[in-house]
Amino acid sequence: MPYTFSPLGEGAIVIEAGTEINEDTQKRVQAIAALLEAQPPAWMVEFIPAFTTVAVFYNPLAALYESVKSDLETLLPHAEETASSLSRTVEIPVCYGGEFGPDLDFVAEHNGLTPEQVIDIHTSGIYSVSMIGFAPGFPFISGMSEKIAAPRRESPRLRIPERTVGIAGKQTGVYPIETPGGWQLIGRTPIRLFRPEQEIPSLLRAGDKIVFRRISEKEYDAWKEEEHAENY
Amino acid sequence: MLKIIKSGLQTTVQDLGRFGFQKYGVIASGAMDPFAHRIANLLVGNGENAATLEMTMTGPTIQFQQDAFISLCGGDLSPQIDGTDLKMWRPAFVKEGSVLKFGAPRSGCRAYLAVAGGIDVPDLMNSKSTYLRAGIGGFHGRALQAGDIVPVNLISPQLAASLLHATGNGVEWKTAAPRYSSEPVVRMMKGRQFELFSRDSQSHIFSEAFAVSSHSDRMGYRLEGTRLSLEEPKELISEAVSFGSIQVPSDGNPIILLADRQTTGGYPKIGQVAAVDLPLVSQLKPGERIRFKEISVAEAQQLYLDQETQIRQLKVGINLKREAGK
Repeated sequence: MPYTFSPLGEGAIVIEAGTEINEDTQKRVQAIAALLEAQPPAWMVEFIPAFTTVAVFYNPLAALYESVKSDLETLLPHAEETASSLSRTVEIPVCYGGEFGPDLDFVAEHNGLTPEQVIDIHTSGIYSVSMIGFAPGFPFISGMSEKIAAPRRESPRLRIPERTVGIAGKQTGVYPIETPGGWQLIGRTPIRLFRPEQEIPSLLRAGDKIVFRRISEKEYDAWKEEEHAENY
Repeated sequence: MLKIIKSGLQTTVQDLGRFGFQKYGVIASGAMDPFAHRIANLLVGNGENAATLEMTMTGPTIQFQQDAFISLCGGDLSPQIDGTDLKMWRPAFVKEGSVLKFGAPRSGCRAYLAVAGGIDVPDLMNSKSTYLRAGIGGFHGRALQAGDIVPVNLISPQLAASLLHATGNGVEWKTAAPRYSSEPVVRMMKGRQFELFSRDSQSHIFSEAFAVSSHSDRMGYRLEGTRLSLEEPKELISEAVSFGSIQVPSDGNPIILLADRQTTGGYPKIGQVAAVDLPLVSQLKPGERIRFKEISVAEAQQLYLDQETQIRQLKVGINLKREAGK
């Protein structure tokens, strides 16, 4: 059994599926999440999958720690068989540079590249979502090329507009809501990652593959207009 | 309807929280003092999860635009109705046109105003709680402002009659309330990374008092005092946190995560405040002090069950009080 258990207060249990971030561990985490989604135990309130762990929140009125743990011990061996092998690929259109990506030139200079080369490298990767956290719908994305890695800004911006695409170290990501942040901003997507009015409010889920596609400002505007039309 | 004359420091619509969406990074929110929120609702015949107004430090000024049954529970912010002191932890009838005002905080810093029928704002992801950072939920996703008209659901004539009876006989339900204090001892379970902390830090967390910093809000309370450190530096992998998790960033000052906590965090967790003691934390003001006392998970679960039993008994008691004499 690759799992260990520990309490997170009186209302949650943490299942550890591995001790370091790697593909095997993440597959196990996603399999547990899929299982809990498909067969939620009666005592479960909700769960939060992360890089190497899944925290399962429960109601102590319905079950106490030891019985929750023993139910999970029975359930988890079935996780891998339930896991869906369907991995989705989500395309995220990005309008790079200009006012949407004020740090594109910095990222290029830092790596001895032209802005065009940065865009080429950013759009040629196949990324995967390791976890959703930090902010609603915010994807922790792995798989960016080190060729375009860049340090965080020395002093963070107070407001980064929603849907901005950024780079920090070897990570890339998209801010779903407006937030302060220190990432280097390279572009913006017209699509929303956080959709509070929908049943599943996050466009992305852990395990999804992501590709970034370059669009022009014109296409960006057209996309935004279409979204506007849908909303009203 | 409630007309907001003055907003107060921060007044938001809250219920018991938004559950089931943390896996999408959506924070739980909800009342900082869930106990006070629940009792306030029960006193006016609402379900425990009905939306209330959470008022912080400096309360708002509110005019009732209809007759209403209300109750105020939680921290005592010196409430007055039309210039007369309003007793907390009991239902009260207020006439159309009455004005609710607050003065200086006497104890605690967060009060919950429940109105019979509940605050009528739309559900978003199964909750009426305000999520300020994302600008969603509650009243248009924001704190209340002067001029806002906040709708309240109607109640049945039967409930109104029974509430009218209950407000006449002066029974308070404060006996069950947490003993708010400006220097509480709060029970804490060891966190998942407790063993990674230095010997000294492991003992300091239980022996020292920590002061609540002014950088404290609904997301978390920052504490200052003896700095805590790991035995050796270690890069941790982000994982779920919960209401009451005590994490320690590299500056050594612990942070107690509260209602608006983020869903995951990467700092080591030295402990977890027992749920029954969270109201004691949530009612602390900057500058006040807190101490921690160790408790096991089994003990914390027992305390939780005991409190739930107590709330069930309160519910029965309140209902009997209302029904008697009808």
